[in-house]
Amino acid sequence: MEGVTIKLKKQPKIIGSYAIVGPKEGQGNFGTYFDYVMKNDFFGEDTFEKAERKMMENAIVGVIQKAKLQTSDIDLLISGDLLNQIISSSYAARAFKIPFLGVYGACSTMAESIAVASILVDAGFCKNVVCCTGSHFSTAERQYRFPLELGNQRPPTSQWTVTGAGSSVISLEGEGPKVTEITFGRVIDWGINDVNNMGGAMAPAARDTMLRHFKNTKTKPEDYDLILTGDLGKLGSEILIDLMEDEGIKLGTNYGDCGQMYFKRKQQTLCGASGAGCCATVFNSYIMKKLKEQQYKKILFMPTGALLSTTSTQQGDTIPCTCHAIVIEA
Amino acid sequence: MDDKQRNEAYNQYVKAKIPKTRAWPSLFNSFWVGGVICLIGQAINDLLKLAFPMLSQQTNWTLTLIILIFIASFLTGIGVYDQIGKFAGGGSIVPITGFSNSITSPSIEFKSEGIIYGICVKMFTIAGPVIVFGVASSMVVGFIYWIISLF
Amino acid sequence: MKIFLDYLWVFLIGGTICMIGELLIITTNITSARILVTFVLIGVFLEAIGVFDYISDFAKAGINVPIIGFGASLAKGAIGAVETHGFLGIFTGGLTATAGGIAAAIGFAFLFALIFKSHTKK
Repeated sequence: MEGVTIKLKKQPKIIGSYAIVGPKEGQGNFGTYFDYVMKNDFFGEDTFEKAERKMMENAIVGVIQKAKLQTSDIDLLISGDLLNQIISSSYAARAFKIPFLGVYGACSTMAESIAVASILVDAGFCKNVVCCTGSHFSTAERQYRFPLELGNQRPPTSQWTVTGAGSSVISLEGEGPKVTEITFGRVIDWGINDVNNMGGAMAPAARDTMLRHFKNTKTKPEDYDLILTGDLGKLGSEILIDLMEDEGIKLGTNYGDCGQMYFKRKQQTLCGASGAGCCATVFNSYIMKKLKEQQYKKILFMPTGALLSTTSTQQGDTIPCTCHAIVIEA
Repeated sequence: MDDKQRNEAYNQYVKAKIPKTRAWPSLFNSFWVGGVICLIGQAINDLLKLAFPMLSQQTNWTLTLIILIFIASFLTGIGVYDQIGKFAGGGSIVPITGFSNSITSPSIEFKSEGIIYGICVKMFTIAGPVIVFGVASSMVVGFIYWIISLF
Repeated sequence: MKIFLDYLWVFLIGGTICMIGELLIITTNITSARILVTFVLIGVFLEAIGVFDYISDFAKAGINVPIIGFGASLAKGAIGAVETHGFLGIFTGGLTATAGGIAAAIGFAFLFALIFKSHTKK
C-alpha cells in the first residue's frame, strides 16, 4: 500500500469548535447542538455568496471567542469552501489580520484543514491555528446545478448541500480532544460520471483511505468508538459497507455517515446531506461534544470529497474523489 | 482485473444499488397537474372567445399562451412555481408554462450579477436550446416545403 | 354536455402528454431543457406531416398548451410563409408565428427579474 499514516508526537488538541447553520439544518437531527442557527439563508446580506462569506466570518470569530483567545493569538487561518477559487474563504479571511492558507478538498476540506493545522502545530511552527470550512445550499446550487426557481425534480440519488460553516482551533496548550493520526487520501476515480450520485462516486475513495489507514496503523474497525464518513449519504454509505465487506472488513454499528444522519426523513433530502459544511458542522458540534464528554474515546473521522467542476461535468468526464482520515482521541 | 473492467463492474453494481422509487405517484401527479394546466388554458381560450368574438382562432391561441406565460413567470417570481415543479415534475415542465419558468428562473437567479451580464446573458441558459432547435427545425420544414412548391 | 366532454378530452390528452414527459425524466434522468427540446421537435414534426390540426381539433388546449403546440406553430408559420413569400418565408415564418409567445416570455422574465429576488428552496 502506498502512502503513510502520519503519527503526531505531541498530539495537538482541538481547543475550540464552533458551528453555524441555516434554518433547514437547524431543524435537522443535530439542530440542538449547533452554536448558532441563522433565521434565513440571506443572513442579512443581499446575495447568497455574501451570506456564505459572513457565515464563515462569524464561525471564525465565534471559535476564537470560544477558545478564549484573541485574534492576535492566532498564527494561521486554514480555510476552504466549495465556490470557484474558494472565494468565500478568501473574502472571509480579508476581515482578519491573520495569515491565510486556502485549501480545497471539496467536502473533505474540514479534515484536510485540521490535518494540515495539526502538522504545523505539532512541528512547532505555529501556536494556534484556526480551521474553517463552509458551504451554502443556494450558492452551490447556482454554481453546480440549476437556478433555484426552476421547477424541476431532484433525482432519488441526489443530496442536499448543507448551509453551514464549522471551525476549530488547533493548539498544543489548553484542553480538548487530541489529533493523533492522519492519513491523507489518494485521488480515486472508479468511473462514475453521474453528478447526482456523489455517494456512489466517493465511496471508492473512502474505501481506499480506510484500507490504507487500517493497514498502516494495524487497527480494525472495532478499535474505534466511531468511524465517521463525511457525506456519502444513504446510498454511498451502503456502498462503502459493501465494498469493505468485499475486503473482509465488516463495518458495524460504530460506523456512521454525517450526510445520512443530518436531516430528518420528513425534510425530503432524498439521499441525505452533502457539502463541505455537512461534516464540518456535525464534527464541530455533536462529535466534539461527545468527545469532550468522553462518550467517544477514539474516533476515525474521514470525510470524502468529489473533485469535479462544472466544466469537467459538461465535458462528460468521470468524477475523481478523495478522502482524508484523521484519528481523534478524547 | 484492470481498471476499465473494475470501473464497468462498479458502475453496474451502483446502478443496481440505486433506490427504486415508485414511479406511479410521480406519474399520477404529473398527469393531473399537467391536465389542470391545459384545462386552465382551455378556459382562458374560451373566455377570450366569448369576450372578443372577432379574433381569429390563431390570435386567440397566441393571447392564451401569453396569459399562461405571464402567470407562470409571476409564480416563478414569487417562488411558487419551483414548488409546483417539485411536486409535478413533467406536469409543469412540458406545458408552455414550463418554458416560461425556464426563462424567468435564471433571470431572477442571476440578477445579482447585474442587469446586462446577469439577467440578460443568463436568461437563455435553459430555454436557449428550445428556441434554437425550434427555429432551426422550422427552417428545415420551411425549406422542404419550398423545394416541394417548386415542382 | 358538449363542453364537459371537450374539457375532459383537454384534461386527458394534456395530462397524458405531461405524463410521457415525466416518464422520460424518470427512466432516462434527462434534464428539463432536453425534455422541452424533445417536445418542441415532436410538435414541429406533427405539423410538418400535417396531423397536428386534426389532433388540435378535438384535443384543443390539451395539445396547444404543452410545448408541442409551440413547435407546431413554428412549423406552421414556416410553411405558411413559404406559401405566401416563397424562399424568404423559410427565415421569417417560424419566428413570426411564435413572436407573441417568445416576446412575452422574454418581456415578463425581464420584468419579474427586476421586481423579485431569488428564493432559496425549501
